[in-house]
Amino acid sequence: MNRFERVQISEQSPEVRSHNFEEVCLGYTEEEAVAEAKRCLQCKNPQCVTKCPVSINIPEFIHEIAEGNFGKAAKILAKYTALPAVCGRVCPQEVQCESKCVLGNKGDAVAIGKLERFAADWGRDHDVEVAEAKESNGHKVAVIGSGPAGITCAGDLAKEGYDVTIYEALHKPGGVLVYGIPEFRLPKDTVVKHEIRNLKKLGVKIKTNVIVGRTVTIDDLFDKGKYDAVFVGSGAGLPKFMGIPGENYNGVFSANEFLTRNNLMKAYEDGYDTPIKVGSKVAVVGGGNVAMDAARTAKRLGAEVWIVYRRSEEELPARVEEVHHAKEEGINFELLTNPTEIIGDEKGWVKGIKCVRMELGEPDKSGRRRPIPVKGSEFEFDVDTVIMALGTSPNPLIPSTTEGLEVDKKKCLVADEQGQTSKEGVFAGGDAVTGAATVILAMGAGKEAAAAIDKYING
Amino acid sequence: MYKIVKKENLSTNIFSMDVLAPLVAQSAQPGQFVIVIADEKGERVPLTICDYDKEKGTVTIVAQSIGCSTKKMAQFNEGEYFHDFVGPLGQPSEYVNEDINELKKKKVLFVAGGVGTAPVYPQARWFHEKGIDVDVIIGAKTKDLIILEDKMRKVAGNLYIATDDGSYGFKGMIPSLIEDLVVNQGKKYDLIVCIGPMIMMKFVCIMTKKLGIKTIVSMNPIMVDGTGMCGACRITVGDETKFACVDGPEFDGHLVDFDEALRRQAQYKNEEAEKNGEHVCTCHKGGAN
Ligand SMILES: Cc1cc2nc3c(=O)[nH]c(=O)nc-3n(C[C@H](O)[C@H](O)[C@H](O)COP(=O)(O)OP(=O)(O)OC[C@H]3O[C@@H](n4cnc5c(N)ncnc54)[C@H](O)[C@@H]3O)c2cc1C
Ligand SMILES: Cc1cc2nc3c(=O)[nH]c(=O)nc-3n(C[C@H](O)[C@H](O)[C@H](O)COP(=O)(O)OP(=O)(O)OC[C@H]3O[C@@H](n4cnc5c(N)ncnc54)[C@H](O)[C@@H]3O)c2cc1C
Ligand code: SF4
Ligand code: SF4
Ligand code: FES
Ligand SMILES: [Mg+2]
Repeated sequence: MNRFERVQISEQSPEVRSHNFEEVCLGYTEEEAVAEAKRCLQCKNPQCVTKCPVSINIPEFIHEIAEGNFGKAAKILAKYTALPAVCGRVCPQEVQCESKCVLGNKGDAVAIGKLERFAADWGRDHDVEVAEAKESNGHKVAVIGSGPAGITCAGDLAKEGYDVTIYEALHKPGGVLVYGIPEFRLPKDTVVKHEIRNLKKLGVKIKTNVIVGRTVTIDDLFDKGKYDAVFVGSGAGLPKFMGIPGENYNGVFSANEFLTRNNLMKAYEDGYDTPIKVGSKVAVVGGGNVAMDAARTAKRLGAEVWIVYRRSEEELPARVEEVHHAKEEGINFELLTNPTEIIGDEKGWVKGIKCVRMELGEPDKSGRRRPIPVKGSEFEFDVDTVIMALGTSPNPLIPSTTEGLEVDKKKCLVADEQGQTSKEGVFAGGDAVTGAATVILAMGAGKEAAAAIDKYING
Repeated sequence: MYKIVKKENLSTNIFSMDVLAPLVAQSAQPGQFVIVIADEKGERVPLTICDYDKEKGTVTIVAQSIGCSTKKMAQFNEGEYFHDFVGPLGQPSEYVNEDINELKKKKVLFVAGGVGTAPVYPQARWFHEKGIDVDVIIGAKTKDLIILEDKMRKVAGNLYIATDDGSYGFKGMIPSLIEDLVVNQGKKYDLIVCIGPMIMMKFVCIMTKKLGIKTIVSMNPIMVDGTGMCGACRITVGDETKFACVDGPEFDGHLVDFDEALRRQAQYKNEEAEKNGEHVCTCHKGGAN
């Protein structure tokens, strides 16, 4: 075995998977996992851990896999994370833990994410009990939102003996994990549901269909609900549009609408009542994970798909693996291209998109080179659907109904490193504070806030 | 799960239900709406809050069965449960927060079309209870589709009925009746509140713009989440794009781009027809217990 070469993982072939919603990556077998785990050098001073926002003891769990103790590996993971099977699948490992793996200096980094996924899946399939909570301490905490930030905060507090209730606006818990990220990257019924079941086993109560700011307010939670503290993990769910002509034509959707219909409402499955519209030629505007997910979903629903992105391939914000998978599946990329107008037919349905070619100029504030339109390069191409995946921002509902809760210019909640907001007893974290980011950063914030809430209540 | 504690048929395909949802009832205000999911596989159906009882913890909805989801809902009986029921959503009607003495100086006309009569009723009653009599027009295609007439009569100042076919009351469309009241009968209104099918609201607004009477409409575009997350409900008001679920559903009718809204409302027509076909032939009501 070559220590510097990663054990290959099997995937559904692109031709097959672009017609179904089953998971793309099939995961390691036990033998493969052991072989990959054995590559880990078990560093005394593991750099990989420094880049994991929830500080998983990576060499420790990998060691147990190498020894064939898969259940033990699952238990170790559970000490640090409420969502190992999720993170193992969707974490941008290449810029997190794996970016610091020493093996990466000479060859392939250890497949930390894939091993994490393996151990978590094995634990689930073999009913390994992972959840343990301390005796009740009599204190009540309310958590708003059941995405990764809320789940993590709730799980950590429940383990410490808090009486935790999650309030969720939608009818299913999970946040972006259920409404945004598609089944083919993150299976809902097996993976997400199971991790939520573990949370319930810790004693966490989940109340769906409660919109904080409408059904109840944060002040109600303190006054009537007698909660000692509140954590806000309400995400960044508000879709952006470009503000170009033609954006309200029939056939222009936000990625959130398209993905919610498909994932949360299961429009792709027979027997579900929610309709979805795909069209035959789809332009997806944007270059992040959301754009890739929308594009690959449209492809699976039978359309021919173009990603339209204003910078070059290097700047695509989506995970490398997702871009690679999208290309394999036959998604077309129109890079350095920006839409300027959506063209409609006489009945107001999309029939094309007008774009301009871009070139990269000087770096902007984000450090990425700024795209500038190339004069005279306008062109049109025919599509019947346009999906806008331009990013999202936090929903103003909670700050606008909670006195004393400050937001910044981007409508993000203001909170310090520990999650403390401008209002006493109210903590916040995840996309609601940072704007759209990643699962693992939201989890890290949920964890910090749980520790801060514990300190706030118990001193 | 949310229990249906009372069900009543108001006409052949319009039904009223009181649903037990104490948290929603507690916060509900006139002008807001809820989202109902009938069963496990149901879609999210937005419906105006027609009434609420904070003590009993119930919210009243009135729906017309026109497609897959509303037909499914219509099959539910008293004692059965809806899978999900969420709200209250949207902004309350503007007048709720207005100074009552200012309101008393105004002459208000409510215009209700078809199933839109249901949400108008508690609003008219709200004024009646505050000692203000409002005029009400109920309009429908034909006599059988006029609902809540007796209840409305008790709370309205003047009640006018219009049917397209003349089978009851004024013969003709609602805008013609409004014109008749204002131009021929010399009625003066400071504000019109109009709730009903979008096409009816469009024509009412064309008329009231001509007559120079401020008109509030309750928009009902296609919605998914109802919380500002999907943008399906976007409509153009003045020069701005608004999300009806969070910025509305009530807007100044003279600023709404109705043609765009009507077009967008039909966006899923083919897909809906397909679902409707599916539902009729399988005709089951899974998930209820
Ligand atoms: C399509 C898509 C693909 C993505 N792919 C990846 C990926 O591959 N890897 C990765 O790391 N990240 C990915 N992300 C980003 C990642 O999912 C988010 O950063 C993460 O989910 C943020 O977690 P959160 O807990 O802060 O918020 P969310 O997951 O957004 O959860 C917030 C929850 O709060 C609820 N809520 C909001 N307002 C209220 C209220 N007023 N009352 C009650 N409940 C409320 C919402 O309904 C939601 O359930 C993706 C995002 C999308 C949309
Ligand atoms: C704020 C608001 C308040 C409403 N209040 C009421 C009410 O009190 N009583 C009532 O009977 N109806 C009301 N409606 C309309 C009601 O939501 C639709 O009639 C219902 O969703 C139709 O679903 P369906 O599957 O039975 O019919 P379908 O065959 O699927 O659709 C028939 C038509 O209904 C409209 N529609 C379909 N899906 C939606 C959706 N998700 N959201 C909005 N409109 C849709 C479309 O115009 C469509 O062409 C309201 C809509 C909104 C947005
Ligand atoms: S949670 Fe993410 S960053 Fe942490 S070890 Fe797992 S894959 Fe790496
Ligand atoms: S840095 Fe790489 S080799 Fe070292 S402990 Fe972490 S995973 Fe193992
Ligand atoms: S219904 Fe989704 S934003 Fe209004
Ligand atoms: Mg429908």
